[in-house]
Amino acid sequence: MSFEKRTCEISGLEIEKNSESMIKLNMATAIIFFAIGGAAGLLVLLTRWPAIHLLPVEWYYRWLTAHGLLALLVWIIFFEVALVHFGSVTLLKSRLAVPILSKITYGLMLGGTLLVVVMVLGGQADVLFTSYVPLQAHPLYYLGIILFAVGSLIAFIHFFINAVVAKKEGEYKRTLPMVSFGIMAASIIGIMSIAHGAAIYIPTFLWSLGIIETIDPSAYRLVWWGLGHTSQQINVCMMVACWYGIAAFLFKAKPASEKLCRSAFVLYILFINVASEHHLLVDPVFSTWHKIVNTSYVMHLAVLASMIHAFAVPASIEMGLRKQGYNNGLFEWLKKAPWGNPAFSATFISIVLFGFLGGTTGVIFGTEQFSIIRHNTWAITGHFHGTVVAGTTIAFMGMAYFLIPVFFKRDLIMPGVAKLQPFVYGTGITILSITMMAAGTFGVPRRHWDYNFSDAPFGYQFDSTVDIFMGLVGIGGLIAVVGGAMFVFVTLGSIFKGNKRA
Amino acid sequence: MAIHEPQGNWWQPLSKDEKIWFILALVWMLVSFLYMPIQHFIGVQNPPSESYRVSAEDFEALIEAQEEKYTVGEENGFPVVRPNPDEPVYLKASMWEWTPVLELEKDKTYKIHLSSVDLVHGFSIQPINLNLMVIPGIDYVVNLKPTSSGDFRILCNEFCGLGHHTMVGKINVI
Repeated sequence: MSFEKRTCEISGLEIEKNSESMIKLNMATAIIFFAIGGAAGLLVLLTRWPAIHLLPVEWYYRWLTAHGLLALLVWIIFFEVALVHFGSVTLLKSRLAVPILSKITYGLMLGGTLLVVVMVLGGQADVLFTSYVPLQAHPLYYLGIILFAVGSLIAFIHFFINAVVAKKEGEYKRTLPMVSFGIMAASIIGIMSIAHGAAIYIPTFLWSLGIIETIDPSAYRLVWWGLGHTSQQINVCMMVACWYGIAAFLFKAKPASEKLCRSAFVLYILFINVASEHHLLVDPVFSTWHKIVNTSYVMHLAVLASMIHAFAVPASIEMGLRKQGYNNGLFEWLKKAPWGNPAFSATFISIVLFGFLGGTTGVIFGTEQFSIIRHNTWAITGHFHGTVVAGTTIAFMGMAYFLIPVFFKRDLIMPGVAKLQPFVYGTGITILSITMMAAGTFGVPRRHWDYNFSDAPFGYQFDSTVDIFMGLVGIGGLIAVVGGAMFVFVTLGSIFKGNKRA
Repeated sequence: MAIHEPQGNWWQPLSKDEKIWFILALVWMLVSFLYMPIQHFIGVQNPPSESYRVSAEDFEALIEAQEEKYTVGEENGFPVVRPNPDEPVYLKASMWEWTPVLELEKDKTYKIHLSSVDLVHGFSIQPINLNLMVIPGIDYVVNLKPTSSGDFRILCNEFCGLGHHTMVGKINVI
């Protein structure tokens, strides 16, 4: 089949025209929303930092909602839509099957995002990210979320259309490349999680219009977390696919066993959905055995998959570097790895931090006995900054450093800044995440404007150790904001002002 | 390479290193998975699982009846209730209060019924840091045996509107 494409001189990839423009558009949009979401994070940080306590109460909750939506949802999913195109078109040396679908996706996601942000910052949706009923927002808020979800659903479905077309046209014979396989697993989980989203947001939307009378708050939490947690597994799959991808591009690394790594992705698909029950461990209604089976048994099968990748990805990097001649001793390959290349350093930092910071704490907090002493404390916030920020976001940063020269045909500007950026951001997030968990250990609640309870009928003072942790969260957060800003300047600067390559 | 279609037969047996790692990981996961239910039986820190449906009106009525019967004083505008350990104890969450202030005796076991009459709230006893969800329409029964005396605070740790940060209740253990 012939279609318009060019061969990239950096990566050797064949890049088809329609998918190229969509990848560029989604990636640039993702980074712009990362910048806004990060700025919202700064406002939240400066409010929770007791020495500053910046925002008034209503604006704290609004910017907190905006931070969650933009940083967790919008930045990450726009980037994932770019990865869907990359995995189902570029890597398959194929073409974008239905270009109009990509445009519809983009329009719905952008429209939904703008609607949601206007509602939240306009004070029409003071319900936070989770919008637990019977808290009620303006109907347009729910509609915005639904539009965004439908857009991303179309993107995930588009993955399969592209893959089928590529196979029909003979671009691959039997199976997808590993990275595309990971992105396919993410797309399956994406479709599954958006089905939960539809099951909960459509009735809630109708309820906000007055068409449905009530929504059971307990059922809401159950179904909402079918969306809320399952969608995090989209991020995990995409992140792991990026790890394999960067290892392959930089070191020609290949997974030691395709069989094991692919099976691990299948474990994610099969088990992550019910494992989302760990959010409800201290809820009434659900029986103890219901909770234990779903979290203990099923969650650990998904964790097993992460353990497999935790071995396979570093092992493939090691084998790749050893083939390049770094064969002395146990660790020469690690010492001589290209630490100055931000695509590599970001990937490596993401692997280490996701494993030790996000993953382990998730397994711990996901048990019955820990949930009761950590649920809804700041420790949970610390945990998921270890997964979606230290893990997914940093992995995507590494991928962005690699993909921008490939797709925009421009060199990265400020290479010195780019070189340092993953380390600065990783350090900031590590401090932030660990100290948040430490403060949470003392019971500091998450999503809380005033941990001094100055207007409460009964005052309460946390252990004075907490003050140190609150300050350290502030410092870690500021370092992360600097690292985030470096990323935005380098990437957007390169996209618009980088030296053009032939 | 992970960016190309694998060639030949890729469904191969695992190499030795991979096998060792996989078995270690699998054993570790099995231990964690078995230990969670085991800890449920040998441990004392389990989330309760007894719950019933209750309407906001019925729960308000139970709270009022309890206040009439057992109120022993007042603190900052809240009735202080000293319940009988042999009877159910009711604690109400609402925007943005925990009612009443409970006065409990050390080392006696109470059956505390938690419910909300409006939104979802989070029951968080400090400084011992024990956290449970309080859901409107649901009566969550917690067997609570205070083992040390003193003042305890109940924070709300689930967002419940703009007064969320002022929602602090009190338990006195004597």
